[in-house]
Amino acid sequence: MRARKLIALGFAAGSLLGIGLYARRGKASERLDLYFADGSLVSLHSDSPEAAPLLVHARDALRAAAT
Amino acid sequence: MTEPHAALAELTEISTQIEAAVLFDADGKVVAATIPEARAAQVATSAKALLERAGQIGGEGELTQLEASTAEGSLFVVRDGSTLIAASTSAEPTAGLVFYDLKSALRAAAKPKPKPKAAAKPKPKRTTPPKPNASS
Repeated sequence: MRARKLIALGFAAGSLLGIGLYARRGKASERLDLYFADGSLVSLHSDSPEAAPLLVHARDALRAAAT
Repeated sequence: MTEPHAALAELTEISTQIEAAVLFDADGKVVAATIPEARAAQVATSAKALLERAGQIGGEGELTQLEASTAEGSLFVVRDGSTLIAASTSAEPTAGLVFYDLKSALRAAAKPKPKPKAAAKPKPKRTTPPKPNASS
């Protein structure tokens, strides 16, 4: 009985860890790559304060393009 | 079909990754689009705002192109002079290929329409000056 509880607990903990990692992976894939005429590239990830307001415009455009 | 419309038709034909594309000018006015006009205007407005705000970040030169990757898909914006193009793709596209196709479409859209050949003008008839009358 105790072994079953341990297995169930391990399974639940594993699931939670998996969900967390998956959510983190999804968030990390959100980014903004800016290419300038002088050849420089600025890459902003979604967790940077500069990217957040810019990604709002990108999402608006994507929504308008898709609907 | 005008040049911009033809350029977008070709773009969506050759690129399987691009789902929608909008060609617009520096004021945000839509020139041609693969989606209905009202939605194209929204895309142009948001893409223009995105490019303007992003241009204030880093880089010494002018911001010429960008890719915004979101969970919903990716948005590409490319500028060539006063003409811009915005395109949406599904998530995780091949960015290099999409940029190449968008630049080609911008160049094609900017190409001046070939002028139809003017009908050949009839050659003017040669007129010989009247011969001076030898008798007079």
